Amino acid sequence: MLYTRCLVRFTAIFTSGLLLLWSMAAVAESGWLQLNMPRGVTSVSREVYDLHMLILWICVAIGVVVFGVMFYSMYFHRKSRGVEPAKFHESTKVEVVWTLIPLFILVGMAIPATKTLIKMEDIGDTEMTVKITGYQWRWHYEYLGKDIGFFSSMSTPREQVYNLAEKNPDYILEVDNPLVLPVDTRIRLLTTAADVIHSWWVPELGWKRDAIPGFINDNWTLIEEPGIYRGVCAELCGRDHAYMPIVLHAVSKEEFAEWVQQQQQPSTALSAAD
Amino acid sequence: MTHSDKTRANRRLVPKLFLFSIAMFGFGYLLVPLYDVICDITGFNGRTTSLAVATEGNANGVDTSRTVTVEFVSSLNSGAPWEFRPTVTRMQVHPGEFYEISYVATNLTDQDMVGQAVPSVAPSLAAVHFQKIECFCFDRQDFAPGESKDMPVMFRVDPRLADHVSVVTLSYTFFKLDPSS
Amino acid sequence: MAATTHDVHDGHGEHHHGPAKGLGRWLFTTNHKDIGTLYLLFSLLMFLIGGSMALIIRAELFQPGLQLVDPHFFNQMTTMHALIMVFGAVMPAFVGLANWMLPMMIGAPDMALPRMNNWSFWILPFAFTMLLSTLFMPGGGPASGWTLYPPLVLQTGDAFPFVILAIHLMGISSIMGAINVIATIFNMRAPGMTLMRMPLFVWTWLITAFLLIAVMPVFAGAVTMLLTDKYFATSFFNPAGGGDPVLFQHIFWFFGHPEVYIMILPAFGVVSQIIPTFARKPLFGYHSMVYATAAIAFLSFIVWGHHMFTVGMPLTAELFFMYATMLIAVPTGVKVFNWVATMWRGAMTFETPMLFSIAFVILFTIGGFSGLMLAIAPADFQYHDTYFVVAHFHYVLVPGAVFSIMAAVYYWLPKWTGHMYNERLSRIHFWLSVIGVNILFFPQHFLGLAGMPRRVPDYALQFTEWNMVSSIGAFIYGISQLLFVYIVIQTIRAGDKATDQVWEGARGLEWTVPSPAPYHTFDTPPKISATNAHG
Ligand SMILES: [Cu+2]
Ligand SMILES: [Cu+2]
Repeated sequence: MLYTRCLVRFTAIFTSGLLLLWSMAAVAESGWLQLNMPRGVTSVSREVYDLHMLILWICVAIGVVVFGVMFYSMYFHRKSRGVEPAKFHESTKVEVVWTLIPLFILVGMAIPATKTLIKMEDIGDTEMTVKITGYQWRWHYEYLGKDIGFFSSMSTPREQVYNLAEKNPDYILEVDNPLVLPVDTRIRLLTTAADVIHSWWVPELGWKRDAIPGFINDNWTLIEEPGIYRGVCAELCGRDHAYMPIVLHAVSKEEFAEWVQQQQQPSTALSAAD
Repeated sequence: MTHSDKTRANRRLVPKLFLFSIAMFGFGYLLVPLYDVICDITGFNGRTTSLAVATEGNANGVDTSRTVTVEFVSSLNSGAPWEFRPTVTRMQVHPGEFYEISYVATNLTDQDMVGQAVPSVAPSLAAVHFQKIECFCFDRQDFAPGESKDMPVMFRVDPRLADHVSVVTLSYTFFKLDPSS
Repeated sequence: MAATTHDVHDGHGEHHHGPAKGLGRWLFTTNHKDIGTLYLLFSLLMFLIGGSMALIIRAELFQPGLQLVDPHFFNQMTTMHALIMVFGAVMPAFVGLANWMLPMMIGAPDMALPRMNNWSFWILPFAFTMLLSTLFMPGGGPASGWTLYPPLVLQTGDAFPFVILAIHLMGISSIMGAINVIATIFNMRAPGMTLMRMPLFVWTWLITAFLLIAVMPVFAGAVTMLLTDKYFATSFFNPAGGGDPVLFQHIFWFFGHPEVYIMILPAFGVVSQIIPTFARKPLFGYHSMVYATAAIAFLSFIVWGHHMFTVGMPLTAELFFMYATMLIAVPTGVKVFNWVATMWRGAMTFETPMLFSIAFVILFTIGGFSGLMLAIAPADFQYHDTYFVVAHFHYVLVPGAVFSIMAAVYYWLPKWTGHMYNERLSRIHFWLSVIGVNILFFPQHFLGLAGMPRRVPDYALQFTEWNMVSSIGAFIYGISQLLFVYIVIQTIRAGDKATDQVWEGARGLEWTVPSPAPYHTFDTPPKISATNAHG
């Protein structure tokens, strides 16, 4: 009996292991491994990631202990094992202990969380400002003092949405005019909206912030690696809420200066003014 | 308790509970002025105080040793048919000193229009330290067809503005008002 | 004490009649058991309707792209699903359980206000018929999410005033229900049933009822402001008139967070009844359970800001709401530890109510863990409005609140019907539910962390695989609830005769009356002493 069970278990593990290996390559390209928050490309996003992992592992540890005790009890304290139920139903000492221990753990969590929060809320000296305005259903970017402003709308063709054409790899995460920002520059990002509430979110930057009509919110970022980062509108804003993506091109300072000049040439400026 | 005792106890308790829930309905409404008060004191939502501060309120003096960057931005709520821009987008100011800038709005339609500008300051905690003695946002603005208006704002940044704030943004969003209202 | 019992009869001959015949019995009934049954059946119907909407949502999300529904209709489905599940399924189910069990647990002949009890139920079918009918109005039903944030909600079509009216009706119904519960518990307890001898289900319901009368009116106020903003030119939430859309969020969540506990505190009560029964051991830490419930209820009023970290609050406000929210983990932890300590060194058996209760403790705790993560404001800037949040509150509400309702039904069904349910089928129902619910909601943690926003009918390609898994889980879970309906019907119509005691380890007044419970119980109040207290 025991032997067959062991055998069954072994074969199961072995075959699933084989299957796993065999499907590794396929898996790597699919979404199966998309399990966690990205570490991102700013110091803030990395702090947020570390904080997230810290709390996650604390929770896992508490879970293992609590559920462990529970399953132990469920196995050994069963009526079918002929046990007699104990009579105790109170212990002030124990209850004080398990009120205080969680309290200490919480304080341990609150300290790094507070530090990160203070850092995120401290805008500090920024070198440039971009105003982001949410519309139903596209974004508008305005580079303050640079006379650059343009709308950014999803560029994925509707045929792909209605499954009439094969989907691009960046399906519904592509736009006509991406937001271009320089790396290694402390940038202030203002968010507001023209109709309903939207929320501007690029996960690689480590935060999202609501865009509220009539009000302006400020945030800051300092991107450390050039690249293309994609995000979405996170606050339900009506019919095409799923279709107002964000594409952010982080480029070197020189490339950015070049791009700014290009944008400021009258011909392109006109077409971008929209 | 006997049955009649119970009825009597219910007659005492139930009206109180109903009154309490009606009071809580009122409390929901009370949250509105309460929120405004909290916002005015703390600048919670970035709204500047809409009352003009007294001109001679220069008691704190001008702090020429410090400069703060003020950015001016404009937004149009959707369906507001204006062109709306600040004449200056960025300026360096000394806390305590008064400055005047203006926004230009042009009615793009061939009809009479009424607009209302809504101010907002970022960072929101700077809002209480951003004082305006004259602002087009204090009143609704009437526009003749195609009319263009130069609308002044006179402001100063309070020297008590927290030290770590170096950039303050003043934003106006222009909303269309129903002329009848 | 015995002398007082004679006075019960003055002028109330109707107490000793059996139920009336036909439809009239249900329309005009003032009997707490009848009304409890009506609430429970209504809640089951709403659970199935809201569940079908969830399946439409999951079917659309099975693959990227738009396959089945238009995005606007999809938004109506997410909104309606939430409104129906919260106000139509979970809350009425607990009110139904309260109606059935509270009088029996405290030794009262009925609820304190039987006639109002009838009204508060019969408002509900009208409210929900109206709510559902908005789906067929020009412009469709509400599509702004159940949070009804302006300005988006003001874009609702003709349905808007009907949605608000339906919400008012639901609110009135639950306020009346709550007042009835409070009056019953304060005034109808049998002699000797002191507050600290009440079963925990009674305690949690008492606190829930106070939460209800405190926050449902606030919600009613908020939606009334929406209504006047749209039709009567007020500008509570309109910036052009000096209002602020964020103010709505403050008022909404001042209601909304206690509302979450309205849906979970009675669940704590249910589980605190069931675990001692099947562990054959008294509930561990009765007093601290009561205090923890009260502490959770108190904290629920000062944490609403954790739903709004991303609107742009000042640092101090963010810190306050973060710390206050984290603090909730302490009393909640006490509860979980006490349940485990109740099981410890008991003599457990695992009938279906116990299985659902154990699944509740584990899966609710997982929902609590993700809740703690969401409380961490800087991390919430990433989690907020993603599927991580969806996973979190569904863990708390489905294997949390809904599982506790299932547990309660299996636990008390023999007392209600006089029949034992089919233990084999109900175990199948349990295992399908517990497996289905985890396949359904666990992957949603991954989706949210990897960047999928909530309330979208379509998503980027990297989210395909886990969405497929989640949808498969949804259909396993959804379809297995039909088995539950079958089991309940089967138990009502036939099944082994249940004993009065039903469960070997059960304690409490409800087990001292015959099975099925007669139409009138405790016309003569029972005597309560220290030995038969604490249910
Ligand atoms: Cu959106
Ligand atoms: Cu909450």
